[in-house]
Amino acid sequence: MKEELKVNDKDIVVPGETIATGMSFLPGPGTYRYESNIVAQKLGMVSVDGKVIKLITLSGKYDPKVKDRVIGRVVDVLMTGWRFDINCPYSAVLNMKDAVSEFIPRGADLTQYFNISDYAIGMITNVTSQKLVDIATKGPGLRKLRGGRIISVSPKKVPRIIGKEGSMVTLIKEKTGCDIVVGQNGLVWISGEPHQEVVAVNTIKTIEQQAHLSGLTERVSEMLANGGSQ
Amino acid sequence: MTYTKRFDGRKFDETRPMIAKVGIIPRADGSAMFQAGDTIAYAAVYGPRDLHPKFMQNPSTGILRVHYNMMPFSGHGDRVRPGGGRRSKEICMVMQNALTPVLDLKDYPNAVVDVFIEFPQTDAGTRCAGLNAASMALADAGLTMKDLVCAIAAGRVEDKVVIDLNYLEDSHEDGCDIPMAILPSTGEVTLLQMDGEISAEMLSDALKLANNTAKQIYDVQKVALKEKFTQVKK
Amino acid sequence: MNSERKAHLLAALKKNCRYDGRKPFDYREITVEYGISRSAEGSARVKIGETEVIAGIKLETATPYPDRPNEGNLMVNAELLPMSNPEFEPGPPGDQATELARVVDRSIRESKSIDVKKLCISPGENAWGVMIDVCSINDAGNLFDAAALAALAALKDAKFPGLTKEGKANYEERTKNKLPLKREPLEVTVLKVGDQFFVDPLSDEEKVVEARLTVGVTEKDTVCALQKGGQSPLTLKDVDEMIKIAQKAAQKLRKAL
Repeated sequence: MKEELKVNDKDIVVPGETIATGMSFLPGPGTYRYESNIVAQKLGMVSVDGKVIKLITLSGKYDPKVKDRVIGRVVDVLMTGWRFDINCPYSAVLNMKDAVSEFIPRGADLTQYFNISDYAIGMITNVTSQKLVDIATKGPGLRKLRGGRIISVSPKKVPRIIGKEGSMVTLIKEKTGCDIVVGQNGLVWISGEPHQEVVAVNTIKTIEQQAHLSGLTERVSEMLANGGSQ
Repeated sequence: MTYTKRFDGRKFDETRPMIAKVGIIPRADGSAMFQAGDTIAYAAVYGPRDLHPKFMQNPSTGILRVHYNMMPFSGHGDRVRPGGGRRSKEICMVMQNALTPVLDLKDYPNAVVDVFIEFPQTDAGTRCAGLNAASMALADAGLTMKDLVCAIAAGRVEDKVVIDLNYLEDSHEDGCDIPMAILPSTGEVTLLQMDGEISAEMLSDALKLANNTAKQIYDVQKVALKEKFTQVKK
Repeated sequence: MNSERKAHLLAALKKNCRYDGRKPFDYREITVEYGISRSAEGSARVKIGETEVIAGIKLETATPYPDRPNEGNLMVNAELLPMSNPEFEPGPPGDQATELARVVDRSIRESKSIDVKKLCISPGENAWGVMIDVCSINDAGNLFDAAALAALAALKDAKFPGLTKEGKANYEERTKNKLPLKREPLEVTVLKVGDQFFVDPLSDEEKVVEARLTVGVTEKDTVCALQKGGQSPLTLKDVDEMIKIAQKAAQKLRKAL
């Protein structure tokens, strides 16, 4: 059997597509070995790292991970905390001891801290094998998100929206004067002057659509200079 | 009787023209359209998401639910009353069985993936077109799948084995229709049904013909899935 | 939707700026495509922004109702397909789908849009029935206006099938005869939040709306149907203003046909 890559690095492949033939290649995330071939098991972009072949996924739901900062919406007030929808198949629980820096006494009216349909940026503190998720909303940068608006983007595109060390989102914040919080789960909170919010939203949507293409930062700078149009 | 020329002029082993498009329903987590001749299927995927009622939940894996529905104006003849009946119930079940083997939902305990398949117009072969659309929509939703599913009907019209029967052929009194779903990389079959009567030899030929055609469908699906991510380049 | 976020939307509306940058009385881009289903006698696809709706017409023969022996029947049904919105569930039409169907039905029926007498084939015995089905494909807000526009476009597209000797529809044959359309009613839904009015809501905007008024408007600018929705009351002054907004918006909407 010939040892060869059937596609190029950064090509998009579909489930069942053979990426490489030969036993010297190793299947990484998003791929599997079938006989002597490496086959894609997702729609994704090929990333070849030496002999290891993996896929960068382009779509899909958020998969909760410890230490991720996510935006959640209160869907229920419980005996000792709150249940949040975190834009994924599983909800998250915020215990009152992890909610705010002050002490909440037992029996307090929890709705004065978080009420139904309030949004907050929290950090995931635990995920069990059955996908029970805990979050905390006290700590640097974590808080209730008052007012503003929420948009949703593909969670897989969040790293591009944030940019290297937050460079992309900082650029958008600076040019539009909006306050922006990006959750790893694909929810983005924006608050600013209405017309500038529209510029910020259009820019974020463009990054989402073009996340896998090169030259993105230049296009985004141009777009922001043009008031949000390409 | 001999069938010398197909009603629509195709060769016996020639499919109807196929068109596929991915991402047609922005609200959905994944979506696709698949058209074979005059049969058009739309598929939308929602999930993995919370599953209700709770007793259906499986703590060791997510489950797949398929919903098949013909739009009321999509049938040959009279209006199709909405709500579905025994026919669509059975089709949902066999489609679910056809798609489940390629999906890996172990990372989603207790959750569900819903696939909704709808037809604005039909001309036979709905379950096959529906499966082709659904498998693209599942891939578009970013789910883990070892392969796509390619579905096509083979069959007999009079003395000939044919592929991809249209309504006239499907409803022809002397013949049979064999819808199949095939995993293109292994050739395994995940849906197999038949209406009508056929000799064992012709059946074997029909199955082979369908198997050989799966690759063509896979290529159409592949191009459509890739197109969604390359068309924004310009 | 909590009150702080509602206040945020209201503040933007006061600055004449919608969440997608539109002005309050602007529609998103509208496209109408005719004849999208060969199985139907008439059909159309309407897109308003990302919202997409398909309408299809089937023409069937039936015995007229005994109290109206010279008239054909008209029926409107709406399917809020679960494919179009994660909140829609499979199963028989719920409140929302029923309301949608009835409001579309009202503007077509009450404007006497279809000359039902011309649908009669043989008085008391046989008449054409016009069955309009509207299906939502993608719900990104404003299904009402999209559904009414799609229904009208499908009616304009419809052609009678042939008729067998027994007086049944012969779907194999398609005549050139169009439906007897006398009026062309559209619907414009005007929304109210705080003291602000706007049209063509996005899904996010629909969630904060306090009251809405769907107005059926004919090509002669007459009003042929009304439906107030939402739980807040409207004053007569509100209604007057909303109807004026609807009439003006209907002219723009009509250009898409």
